Amino acid sequence: MTTTEERPVGFGRMTRKEDARFVRGHGTYVDDVRLPGMLHGAVLRSPLAHARIVSIDTTAAEAHPKVKAVITGETLAGLGLAWMPTISYDTQAVLATDKVRFQGQEVAFVVAEDRYAARDALELIDVEYEPLPPVVDALRAMEPDAPLIRDDKEGQRDNHIFDWSAGDKERTDEVFAGAEVVVAQDMLYPRVHPAPLETCGTVADMDAITGKLTVWSTTQAPHAHRTLYAMVAGIPEHKIRIISPDIGGGFGNKVGIYPGYVCAVVGSIVTGKPVKWVEDRSENLMSTSFARDYHMHGEIAATRDGKFLGLRVQVTADHGAFNATAQPTQFPAGFFGVFTGSYDLAAAHCAVTGVYTNKAPGGVAYACSFRVTEAVYLVERMVDVLAAELGVDPAELRMRNLLRPGQFPYRTQTGWEYDSGDYPRALRLAMDIAHYEDLRREQADKRERGELMGIGVSFFTEAVGAGPRKHMDILGLGMADGAELRVHPTGKAVLRISVQTQGQGHETTFAQIVAEELGIPPEDVEVVHGDTDQTPFGLGTYGSRSTPVSGAAAAMVARKVRERAKIVASAMLEVSPDDLEWEKGRWFVTGDPDQGRTMAEIALAAHSNLELPEGVEGHLDATCVYNPPNLTFPFGAYICVTDVDANTGQVKVRRFIAVDDCGNRINPMIVEGQVHGGLADGLGMALMQVIAFDEDGNCLGGSFMDYLLPTSVECPSWELGETVTPSPHHPIGAKGVGESATVGSPAAVVNAVVDALKPLGVRHVDMPLTPAAVWRAAQGRPLRTDLAIT
Amino acid sequence: MTHIKVKVDGTTYEDDVEPRLLLAHYLRDRLGLTGTTIGCDTSNCGACTVALDGASVKSCSVLAVQADGSEVTTVQGLAENGEWTALQRAFHERHGLQCGYCTPGMIMAARDLLNENPHPGPHEVRQALEGNLCRCTGYQNIVRAVLAASGEQLAEEVTA
Repeated sequence: MTTTEERPVGFGRMTRKEDARFVRGHGTYVDDVRLPGMLHGAVLRSPLAHARIVSIDTTAAEAHPKVKAVITGETLAGLGLAWMPTISYDTQAVLATDKVRFQGQEVAFVVAEDRYAARDALELIDVEYEPLPPVVDALRAMEPDAPLIRDDKEGQRDNHIFDWSAGDKERTDEVFAGAEVVVAQDMLYPRVHPAPLETCGTVADMDAITGKLTVWSTTQAPHAHRTLYAMVAGIPEHKIRIISPDIGGGFGNKVGIYPGYVCAVVGSIVTGKPVKWVEDRSENLMSTSFARDYHMHGEIAATRDGKFLGLRVQVTADHGAFNATAQPTQFPAGFFGVFTGSYDLAAAHCAVTGVYTNKAPGGVAYACSFRVTEAVYLVERMVDVLAAELGVDPAELRMRNLLRPGQFPYRTQTGWEYDSGDYPRALRLAMDIAHYEDLRREQADKRERGELMGIGVSFFTEAVGAGPRKHMDILGLGMADGAELRVHPTGKAVLRISVQTQGQGHETTFAQIVAEELGIPPEDVEVVHGDTDQTPFGLGTYGSRSTPVSGAAAAMVARKVRERAKIVASAMLEVSPDDLEWEKGRWFVTGDPDQGRTMAEIALAAHSNLELPEGVEGHLDATCVYNPPNLTFPFGAYICVTDVDANTGQVKVRRFIAVDDCGNRINPMIVEGQVHGGLADGLGMALMQVIAFDEDGNCLGGSFMDYLLPTSVECPSWELGETVTPSPHHPIGAKGVGESATVGSPAAVVNAVVDALKPLGVRHVDMPLTPAAVWRAAQGRPLRTDLAIT
Repeated sequence: MTHIKVKVDGTTYEDDVEPRLLLAHYLRDRLGLTGTTIGCDTSNCGACTVALDGASVKSCSVLAVQADGSEVTTVQGLAENGEWTALQRAFHERHGLQCGYCTPGMIMAARDLLNENPHPGPHEVRQALEGNLCRCTGYQNIVRAVLAASGEQLAEEVTA
């Protein structure tokens, strides 16, 4: 053996390959791309939430000396591009032609010589609006006198989008009718925004000579974008190249296609020059994909001694003006069906109704795993409401009701098959790290003194890795992912993948997967992604699907290469392949370990004049497509400790303990970083983030002045723990994990704050738990935080 | 147009610029120094942090003409002869970055802190970086990296 014993190969805490360029400022993000003759685009946006467009006068803008083109909805209509299809089989206005339907909506697009001139010219466009009454409150969107938002849609008479349900309603009603204890709680998961630090942007370059369109774009799913551009713009797919360079965070914000991208493409076609469009922060917050906005009514049924029996949920989902929610076709409410959580129930039912409002489109984003954030928040709040009702410790109540290891694979009442889990072990570990019993004693002492201390528990089961092609597709594209692996003659390798990192470390961890399977040092495996001309087709990175789907593909393609290498090695050693055994990095003859060939030796031989068996063509390449048999179901136990100032409503998160189980860990260092980031998201959502609206539909929270993100000061020092319960169906036993912490942590924070306020008789407070909201709740006068209602 | 002369990462540039041109755009669009990034439009995020005559500034909130006659250091001017600085190494070794977008500004802000206070405690590091938002790391490994770069190996925040 050569290098394999000298340095770590495969799984482990490998530092990242990506860092070398980022710590020196040599990453290449979209706004860093500069092409000869490149022009700059800027979007004119609607100041009103709902208004008819009477006229648009672009004369003055067109006369600006640096302006090259002004594009309106009318220009686009001539190209059949005024409207575009969304991922939810709805339509979305690219540039408004008839009326505007949310504040910040795209109305016109200016192309100019530089970004300053483009902004100047926006001021020169004169739009006359006729204001219409807006629909702001989702709970009133279906009232008979509610203004009709989508009068563009044939047959649409109200603001209803869809009804979707899961579970057995009749049986659930029976269980509830016979239950000893039933408690109900209304709760809002408010509209928030993923707010990646880099906003959305694109550089579109239509080459008039070759007819080839190249688009550098902030996209989490470059191949899906290519196919959609082909379908929408009618450009042949082989003449479209999408390049997703380094992305400064995505968090689900960069899955879909935004009007700005389409306008930049049209701008390039019209001017014959590359056109760059990069939005600013307020545009990002006001017009790109929001997250959540689920108004939920939950009910939980149990026995008097605390055995859970059933869950019943009714949701009104606010989807904004266009249904552009990203999820598999058959799942209009995403995977909300996993709302039964980590518990064995006799029955469960949920019904979700989606409605239009005069707000930006979105819904699925911000590490939600397709609405699992909402599902986990619902069930984990309901468990706490029940615990308060029964007077039982919430950790104890969970421990009694958690699924047991022997119950896996477990089929839920809504049809999901959880792959594996050891829930009590994870909860026990979290409680041990927290010194849970000591905390409860400390809390009791503080309550004696009138101080408000809260301990919040959340136990979650995630559902990630979409998904099995037979019932999961996006616009008809099955959710499988390809991988291509090529081992060069000198034993170095290139792995081409279809998923797209936005900071999750794929360039490092995917090399580790190949290294683990082939015994090639990960430094010798180059991972190529984000260029549709160079990589195999696949659906991209979101829903924590990279490891479950593409990671599996990487392992499987490496195994194919390993099998090919075995045949080459058998020819080299002049023995039958059946006489060979594998140890990491090397095939050797059974019973004669000295007779063997390393991968590097085999790679060279595979490209040489070595005579190979019939049907073996030589070289060491392979391709595969991985169609997952099921999702993976990671889980975790989180405990949050807060101190609340009763006089100001200020919440301080003193400790946060997070035990995550994502099966086998490819790179524990990277997993921990993912968890840290997700916990900060959850803390931010729970305590400070909301995109709210006033009665006129004005977006409140459209900049970082109001839309607050946690800083280093608000975040505590996270305390992590891990257990390992591999996924039985995954080639390397790994589950996804990236979104777990965002999914699991908000309920822990809210449960902790409500626990702190329990002596004041508070049973629930809606997020965000700002000082004002907490102070008001303590007074018995809760705030409706999504609307500017005080 | 206003004529300016500014030294950036050791090289002196002379340019005619519009008075309204932001220093961040001057660095990125005119000089091609795209290591300094832009993350917001309200001076909150700190992704554009550079050193202006030794002091940490948000370059989105400084006009290029204000830098006339000054010396600017960006993240691209830190490494000498290809050698990373202790801070750059520490961010790498402690996994203090993911997407890398806040990293240039974060490193420049941390550099400013260590210049003023070579041996900060964890709380001082968190206070000093309050003007720099990060969406990926949850800050913990950034704090560890800064402490490690300051040589305070034992002062690192402890986790279970």
